[in-house]
Amino acid sequence: MVSFMLNGAQVQADPKWNLLEAVQFYGINIPTLCHDEGLTPYGVCRMCVVEVGDQNRTKLVASCMHPITEGLNVRTHSSRVIKTRKMILELLIARCPSSKKLQDMAAMLELKQVRFDPLNEDCILCGLCVRMCEEQMVAKAIGYAGRGTDRYITTPFDMTSDECRKCGACMYICPVCELRCQGPQASTTLCSGCINTEPVCAPDYGEAMCFMVPCLSCVKKPEDVK
Amino acid sequence: MTIDESRLDSIIDEYNGEQGSLISILQDIQAQYQYLPREAMDYVAMRLKIPRVQVFGVATFFKAFSLKPKGKQRIHVCMGTACHVRGSKMVLEELERKLGIKAGDTTLDNEYTLETVNCLGACALGPVVVKNEEYRGQMTPIKVGSLLDTKKP
Amino acid sequence: MKLSSEKELEDLRNEIISGRDPNKLCIAVCGGTGCHAGGCSNVAQEIRTELDSKNLADKVDIRITGCHGFCERGPIVIVYPEGIFYQKVIPRDIKEIIASTIENGKIIDRLLYHDPVSGEKKIRVEDITFYQKQNRLILENNTRVDPAQIKDYLAINGYSALAKVLGKMTPEIVIDMVKSSGLRGRGGGGFPTGRKWESTRIAEGDVKYVICNADEGDPGAFMDRSILEGNPHSVLEGMIIGAYAIGSNEGHIYVRNEYPLAVSNISTAIKQAREFGILGDDILGSGFGFDVKVNRGGGAFVCGESTALMASLEGKPGEPRAKYIHTSEKGLWDKPSNLNNVETWANVPMIINKGSKWYSGIGTESSKGTKVFSLVGKINNTGLVEVSMGMTLREIIFDIGGGIPGGKSFKAVQTGGPSGGCIPESLIDMAVDYDRLMEAGSMMGSGGMIVMDEETCMVDLAKYFTNFLQEESCGKCVPCREGLRRMGDILKDITEGKGSMEDILLIEDLAGMLKDASLCGLGMTASNPVMSTLKYFKDEYLAHIIDHRCPAGVCRELITYGIDADNCTGCGMCKKNCPPGAISGERKETHVLDTGKCIKCGICYDVCKFKAVRKE
Repeated sequence: MVSFMLNGAQVQADPKWNLLEAVQFYGINIPTLCHDEGLTPYGVCRMCVVEVGDQNRTKLVASCMHPITEGLNVRTHSSRVIKTRKMILELLIARCPSSKKLQDMAAMLELKQVRFDPLNEDCILCGLCVRMCEEQMVAKAIGYAGRGTDRYITTPFDMTSDECRKCGACMYICPVCELRCQGPQASTTLCSGCINTEPVCAPDYGEAMCFMVPCLSCVKKPEDVK
Repeated sequence: MTIDESRLDSIIDEYNGEQGSLISILQDIQAQYQYLPREAMDYVAMRLKIPRVQVFGVATFFKAFSLKPKGKQRIHVCMGTACHVRGSKMVLEELERKLGIKAGDTTLDNEYTLETVNCLGACALGPVVVKNEEYRGQMTPIKVGSLLDTKKP
Repeated sequence: MKLSSEKELEDLRNEIISGRDPNKLCIAVCGGTGCHAGGCSNVAQEIRTELDSKNLADKVDIRITGCHGFCERGPIVIVYPEGIFYQKVIPRDIKEIIASTIENGKIIDRLLYHDPVSGEKKIRVEDITFYQKQNRLILENNTRVDPAQIKDYLAINGYSALAKVLGKMTPEIVIDMVKSSGLRGRGGGGFPTGRKWESTRIAEGDVKYVICNADEGDPGAFMDRSILEGNPHSVLEGMIIGAYAIGSNEGHIYVRNEYPLAVSNISTAIKQAREFGILGDDILGSGFGFDVKVNRGGGAFVCGESTALMASLEGKPGEPRAKYIHTSEKGLWDKPSNLNNVETWANVPMIINKGSKWYSGIGTESSKGTKVFSLVGKINNTGLVEVSMGMTLREIIFDIGGGIPGGKSFKAVQTGGPSGGCIPESLIDMAVDYDRLMEAGSMMGSGGMIVMDEETCMVDLAKYFTNFLQEESCGKCVPCREGLRRMGDILKDITEGKGSMEDILLIEDLAGMLKDASLCGLGMTASNPVMSTLKYFKDEYLAHIIDHRCPAGVCRELITYGIDADNCTGCGMCKKNCPPGAISGERKETHVLDTGKCIKCGICYDVCKFKAVRKE
């Protein structure tokens, strides 16, 4: 066992665990998007960042990838951590405004404003499906293509392929696509927050379930509301 | 298209079929075909025993690779920092106007492909344009005309 | 010929040296890429033809060397043994060079370098100010060897450091020596080289790798290319010594495919080294074996990052991974791997030969040795310069670089490539070393130095680098992929006059997140160009945002062109060249520009010989 400092308390953990597992073991909730217990950690969504180090020499690390070392001083909810998580989430919501998962996470982190124009993408590139397909289904039928802002997940040569057995595991594990909010008219609407209350882009969003300003969950722009 | 598998074999064998040599192998294939035919990539994946999607990922990740055939003549405009501060953007835009295509595209008659590169390391000559391996330094939008053949592309 | 002992190497060296007449005439032609682009291969061809036709071929040697550094004046030809420096040589000049200088020992005035400040003629390399202030420990050898001839390298004492290491030193002593020399990685971060070697040496594993990073992706930087092109054996020697110290038998050189000459020269060097028993099993009869492979990069800036480079060596896309477990423990194929860049490796033989004390005597407290910079942009003497660490920016830019062309004033210098920052005029007396640059919000990087004058817009420059990084980001982690995209959008808005003061706050938020949360070094340092320009040139940002004005006259949306009636002679040049036909006017009468039609391409501004086109 190794012992380390978790939010000021001396705790112990199995050295085989990564930092995220240890923190979760002690009941502390850290938001994650690209992490799944059954898959190799990938460390790309960066939502699970925590602050490690002492006094002036601290840095943020992705807890899902970081090993636990003896005496490590970890803070899971410092102001620097929270600020970073909110900024990352703001960027992700701007990319995929209609994702229920992201909206819920925004509510949890009290993120109330998105300062960027929405892109209306579907995929947040967390890579869970790619790892699912490779590690659990041993199919390697999907992967990444392109790079930078043009990166996307696809099949070989963007074509249907023999590698894919249509098992559906990628759909199953996707945190955003299957729960995608289609707006209040769609039959698959999940939270209905935008049906039951005033549009949240109005100044008063008190009771709304969807917390975004401008309102993105119902795929309306502020100018459509008035 | 049909590909000559023996030609690919000789390239792949040169690297002992090592997975780590994927990029070099693709480069050699592109040098032969001027682009990466899908059938060739399929064959490489099979020979190196790697997933096809990995070959596709590598081919789309690196800027050096093209999945589309290129034009007969290739024009590269250097967009390195030294060329940028000396006005390479103006040169590129004039070429785009003259050829009627955007950077990365090929003219409809397959004559020219216009591309940008990040730095050719010939910064003393900036802005630099390379036409079919031939370097032209101190380019300006006005000099661009002399690069293209007189017949309208 | 396979050399199987240190003695055989020394015997061969003596044989080579004694077979060479130091007073024999030799024409050295710079064959670096800069001169190549200037047509040096035609010059060399012409020399050969001319020597043949005059039956001088056996009396005069011709040597195609690597880059001499003074690219501004290329193609460069030096006539030895006197060392007469001819610049901007074209094939037409060759007949005269052979007839006057070679046959009659006469110097050709018009091909000499004329100092722009004093106007004096400079005959020899050592007379030229550009070279005088440099300390060319590494680059000097570029001018002395033909990179395709291993014997040239042996003649300048090449591979003697390797022989010394294999014959007399244990790996631990080698590592101690490199440690105490104070050598730090020349690729960017400046990590102490000896410590890196040590941690790879002690890492568990039978198979270990040594890697040379020659994927010089920084735009405007070409020092690694020049070393690899000009003196590939020095890099190989460094790598073999490193491999011996680390306990590795396999090496990789990852080189940009855009550098065909470097690929070809290093491949030739490897082949020759194998033939001479300097690579392969049982090097120089020592029992130690090591071999090197050349891998060509696919054109991705992010592959300069060590883990991305290793991924690409494994045949995968160049995506970095978290380095919480160091590559010295788990690198290429999960084996302990040691990666250094070209310049670092090239420093090693020198340290072994001359000692760590000598080496650590050069430079500053924290940064030892010399550094090669590529001095480019708005500067008179574009080229490669090698100076001792600690030289001031002013000395580099004004004494060596010859200042700013066209009587313009110096504004800033950008160091460290896209991940570096801009240093303003107020800090020009700063000594250049790893830590001073870091304090100023920039970094050493691999050594690009881009000089900017009053006509460079700092917001546009920040936008240029941000867009560059956005294109080059691998896209794996959210902060870098999404953050840089948004940063680029904001800067675009500002340069188009659509920015607001809130944008500055948003930039600062994004920059903080990029630095804190990005997966690799590319993202962590990606905000440097923006934050350093914002720190030193905030007034320019404000001018764009509040006054909708670009003080440098670069941002197209914020400038307009017009024709000054007083200066216009009606020559018609602008009208003839205007792509959209926005200029009208009769011959010899004042022309008029229709701003509605103008696409702001700037052609009229460039073609006008009478300064009649205004940009405001």
